Amino acid sequence: MSGTPHLDPASGHPGVGFQQHAPSIRTQSARVSAVSLNPVGTSLLPAWLAAFAWLASAGLTRWWPDADEWPYTGHLLVLKLVLALTALLIGVAARRSLLARQPDTAQPRAERWLKAMPWLVALAVGVAAWEVLTAKLEWLPRPFFAPPQALIAVYFDDFPRLGSSVAHSFGLLAYGYVIGAVVGFVTGVGIGWSRAVGYWLHPVLRLIGPLPATAWLPLAFFFFPSSFSASVFLIALATGFPVAVLTWSGVAGVNSAFYDIARTLGARPGFLILKVAIPAALPSVFVGLFMGLGASFSVLIVAEMMGVKAGLGWYLQWAQGWAAYSNMYAALLVMALMCSGLITLLFRFRDRLLAWQKGLLKW
Amino acid sequence: MVSTQGVAQETVQAAQSAQPAFRAAAAGARIDVTEVSHRFSLHGAALPVLDDVSFSVAPGEFVALLGPSGCGKSTLLRLVAGLDAPAVGTVSSNGVAIRGPDPSRVVVFQDPTLYPWRTVRGNVGLGPEAQRRRKRFPWSTARSSIEPLPEGARSAEQRIDAALQLVGLTDFAAAYPHQLSGGMAQRVALARALVNDPELLVLDEPFGKLDSLTRLRMQGELVKLWLDARFSVLLVTHDVEEALFLANRVIVFSERPARVTAEVRNDAPYPRHRDDPKLVELRREVLALLGLVA
Repeated sequence: MSGTPHLDPASGHPGVGFQQHAPSIRTQSARVSAVSLNPVGTSLLPAWLAAFAWLASAGLTRWWPDADEWPYTGHLLVLKLVLALTALLIGVAARRSLLARQPDTAQPRAERWLKAMPWLVALAVGVAAWEVLTAKLEWLPRPFFAPPQALIAVYFDDFPRLGSSVAHSFGLLAYGYVIGAVVGFVTGVGIGWSRAVGYWLHPVLRLIGPLPATAWLPLAFFFFPSSFSASVFLIALATGFPVAVLTWSGVAGVNSAFYDIARTLGARPGFLILKVAIPAALPSVFVGLFMGLGASFSVLIVAEMMGVKAGLGWYLQWAQGWAAYSNMYAALLVMALMCSGLITLLFRFRDRLLAWQKGLLKW
Repeated sequence: MVSTQGVAQETVQAAQSAQPAFRAAAAGARIDVTEVSHRFSLHGAALPVLDDVSFSVAPGEFVALLGPSGCGKSTLLRLVAGLDAPAVGTVSSNGVAIRGPDPSRVVVFQDPTLYPWRTVRGNVGLGPEAQRRRKRFPWSTARSSIEPLPEGARSAEQRIDAALQLVGLTDFAAAYPHQLSGGMAQRVALARALVNDPELLVLDEPFGKLDSLTRLRMQGELVKLWLDARFSVLLVTHDVEEALFLANRVIVFSERPARVTAEVRNDAPYPRHRDDPKLVELRREVLALLGLVA
């Protein structure tokens, strides 16, 4: 919520604003016009709906008594009210900018947030249903299913442990992934470029690569001085294989005319590798980096469950030991956000680097 | 060797006398192809492509190599460009045997083969950058033109500007290749060659994939460029009219393995007209040489 708008008299009452536009929409649809002349009302509808849904959900928390006493129910109530207010403010801000903006100018932030509003509605309904099934009616058996406020309780009460687990996981992943990606990339370029390097590394890659990195687990913990370094090795291994294969395939697939052109223009081998082969192979390299990232998540969690005494994998294991199911849900949610966030970051980086490519997959 | 030089000399003189505006070239390279034979190995069998080919290009001369499709003309161009070495015979530039590619002999291929990850400007600047006269991050866009550049590099930037202006693409400097039409892409390829101040421009059916209107326009532009810039040109084509419209001399090749079957000198002054009766007459002659009696 940057730039919280000042409520001006015209847009201060969203309900009224909506009603003003409703008749025009009705006549539009009656005439079956291809282009709606006043789309402001329809495009704002999800925002008002989201505000209403969260408000209703908050009412449900407030006035329908829980089957059992749950701490942090008040926090849940506050959270729902905050979300309702957020939806309302986005609606108001978007309405103001929609009415003020010239048609062909860039969309301000408020209007782009409007696109997330249907999801906010669905989320409100989902959370309400979850709460009803667990805290209100207890149709889902305890303790395997936790109500929403139990997750809030975990985030508040167990924050130090969960926070340090995230930090540990992130550190381990960063070490392993970066090392694996760099080694895989260099290996791939080497195999793709040099026949001699290919002769020696290709068979090794073929033999070792397809082996799941987790199969090394018992040996790795034995060979390496610490479980941390063993896990870095395993994550690097899991990341390196797809990166190496796809970099290699990208370099090998470069149009040979690109090299001819560069050579006639006076390019030396260094230029051919760095400025012809690698840029041409980058789309393929990013597929490898994406696959490597997915593989590294899986190895990370397994390694932390098996040997490392910190991190989200260890947290899950620890929570299971205490039958603390709400902690597990909370950790899973954090893990999902972390993995998805990292993949988003990778795609952003790719989009920037490969702006020249048409038809990129949007993540 | 001596006799081929004699022929070339005469040709230049003929061109000079016919068209005083043409500055016969101090900057153009002299190319000698001497008794060159070449073959490919295809599925283990040797496939001869060039059979005892000799000819030369005088400095500043425009020579067209004409022959049926797939006769080995493009192979000959690769030898002249230094991309491949001939199996038998020598190819030399200004009397020095060609041992590898050199930016003084630039090739424009049938496909523009622009680097899709570089902008138009980045593609044109490829030569100076490859020769380390231009520093630049490999995949960045047109930013570098604003940044201060070391001495020597600045002149490269100016040459890029000049080349872009020459082919009329100054407004498209920041565009990516996928945003260009076929004709524009081929013009970028031409600018990428010209920015190196070549002594020899090697053209491998450069307009072969363009639509006919664009092709005619580009042929006219090429003649203008050549009249201004004094480089030698070696053009491979299978289009008789193109060869006659552009070249001082047309060398006709046989079917594979390619042999020189005839040389046709064309003294018509530049700029030429396509319906010039002399060109029409020459066209009939060349078609007859190719075994096509029109």
